[in-house]
Amino acid sequence: MEKSLLAPGHRACAGCAMPTTIKLVLDAAGPNTIVVSPTGCLEVTTTPFPESAWCVPWIHSLFENASAVASGVAVMLKRQKKDTNLVIIGGDGSTFDIGMGCNSGMFERGHKVLYVCYDNEAYMNTGVQRSGSTPFCVHTTTTPSGSQSQGNPRPKKDMPAIALAHKVPYVATASVAYPVDLRKKVKKALQVDGPSYIQVNAPCITGWTFDAGTMIELARLAVETGLWPLTEYENGSLTSVKKIRMPKPAAEYLKLQGRYKHLFKKAECSGMLDQIQAMADANIAKYNLVD
Amino acid sequence: MSENTANMKVVEGSYAVAHAVMRCRPDVISAYPITPQTHIVENLSQMVADGELDSEFLTVDSEFSALSVLVGASAMGARSYSSTTSQGLALMNEVLYNVSGMRLPVVMNVANRAMGAPLNIWNDQQDSIGARDVGWLQIYVEDVQEAVDATLQAYKIAENPAIRMPVMVCMDGFVLTHVYEPVHLLDQELCDQFLPPFRPADVLDPAYPKTFGAFADPSTYTEFRYQQFDAQLKSLDLIEKVAREFEQTFGRYYGGLLDGYYLDDAEVVLVTLGSVVGTIKDAIDAMRAEGKKVGLLKVRSYRPFPVQALRKALKNAAVIAVLEKDVAIGGEAGLVTDLKAAFYNSSIRIPIIGFTGGLGGRDITVKGIRKIVDRADAARKGIESEFEFLDLRTEIL
Repeated sequence: MEKSLLAPGHRACAGCAMPTTIKLVLDAAGPNTIVVSPTGCLEVTTTPFPESAWCVPWIHSLFENASAVASGVAVMLKRQKKDTNLVIIGGDGSTFDIGMGCNSGMFERGHKVLYVCYDNEAYMNTGVQRSGSTPFCVHTTTTPSGSQSQGNPRPKKDMPAIALAHKVPYVATASVAYPVDLRKKVKKALQVDGPSYIQVNAPCITGWTFDAGTMIELARLAVETGLWPLTEYENGSLTSVKKIRMPKPAAEYLKLQGRYKHLFKKAECSGMLDQIQAMADANIAKYNLVD
Repeated sequence: MSENTANMKVVEGSYAVAHAVMRCRPDVISAYPITPQTHIVENLSQMVADGELDSEFLTVDSEFSALSVLVGASAMGARSYSSTTSQGLALMNEVLYNVSGMRLPVVMNVANRAMGAPLNIWNDQQDSIGARDVGWLQIYVEDVQEAVDATLQAYKIAENPAIRMPVMVCMDGFVLTHVYEPVHLLDQELCDQFLPPFRPADVLDPAYPKTFGAFADPSTYTEFRYQQFDAQLKSLDLIEKVAREFEQTFGRYYGGLLDGYYLDDAEVVLVTLGSVVGTIKDAIDAMRAEGKKVGLLKVRSYRPFPVQALRKALKNAAVIAVLEKDVAIGGEAGLVTDLKAAFYNSSIRIPIIGFTGGLGGRDITVKGIRKIVDRADAARKGIESEFEFLDLRTEIL
């Protein structure tokens, strides 16, 4: 990899998947790229005025409007006949929840914009509150486990399906643990004459609580258990999936993380573990992950 | 040089404003429909559809998105335009602060309308007065011609490199957006001469990567706010200068910050904003014929608030009555509160009373204005009531 377009010195936590994800995305996109970001960890850790880690033009406006801001950039690039990549990089809170209206508008208008969601499955910047992306049974500060609670009572929102419902021509899931796959998907998405959406599994050390040295291993386990299938949709059809040779039990992925530890402490949670395993099995069957 | 009078046409206010916007050659227009703004953006859409106007027109999912689109466009160097009103302006509120904070010179016509609840689509000025602290300049206009001319002036003020602040041109909804009046439509050649292309130094460009919208901690945030504050105060001179330059090119002048009517010898002075100026002038004509020394001060620039100009213009009045179409529930109202504050530390001691009227589209009549003048006259001997609702229907309370 040449010199990264995200400079060192940013304030992200050691063991955070977000800067690694950005570096991989920028490495694939190259310097002829404009990045739009919503408010979040990315913004506060990479742009503390008067410093900036961004070596490409970068703009942040608000938490929920990155897609609308990018739409304004996109029409100007088109008007100026410039062949510059336009990439939104944002977390799951802005992508799945508060920015949904703007996202829907941008997808529907068909602007040439790649939307990359680094998905760490909760509002991490504000202190690990539940988002629409938080999986079933996850302990967050607003869905805590307790004597009457096993954590988040609802499954994760299916954001790729929402993008597909807008007829977004390129939709993919990716993982920080599979850099070749992620780079390939970014390059492919940037060739699309229209919107594209890539959702990247990006573990958060603070919110998930794991050993900093195991971030990549954890992200890889999400894929190997079937809980995070790596998929690719082109023009609405599933065109590729990353096969798993021997699916690992979901519990192997869960037990490494503090956000699931209540499931292993209480006997009454064994049913929950079974339900999460069933979700992994359903993914394996749906995407035919095992040959 | 003055414009050809043969160019005067009877058109709807919304068309006239859309035509002025077209003459400003915006690169990007983004808007969401809301009554009574719709005719402005419908006309602009048609101009784009007919090839008369070379702009990118984005139809979006909300007013919030409409203004957010312009954040991106403006940061790319686009001359950017939107229009909204009332609930739409309220929905934009978060973005309004952002546009001024990022020093993006967006121009927007606000077709002033009441705020719900209860839902009401008719005119008052609660919407933009409620947004007085968002950092945008606010110019209030009296008639369609002034709305047209102020829209062109707004870009010249907003895009000045020393100012770089967004501007709202506030025109009363329906009263001005839907009225047909004879108007001098703007000539393209003169507009191009008056308003040079927008060429900002800082844009999103991979050749010169820059970071827009960084995060500022307590060690720098105050200075960002100060610079916005300072830019607004600096724009006081520029608003006047641009009004004079406009006069030189187009032959029309409205006063830059303020405009007076029978002000020189007036004892009772009414102070107001917007289209009610026309009715007040009629009332003053009648009262002057009766020998009453009544005058009017129209506030064109509400943000920045022209404190020195107001002190100078009003210092000889015996009593001041402010009439405005907004109310600060729990306090009084925007203009009267600001005006009192403007005088407090000066040597001027004039009784000031305030009235809110015309809320939710209720007519302000000549009779109502005479009542205000009578109240003001009485206040010279001592204020009985500092703030009142004009023509309150006590029988239905």
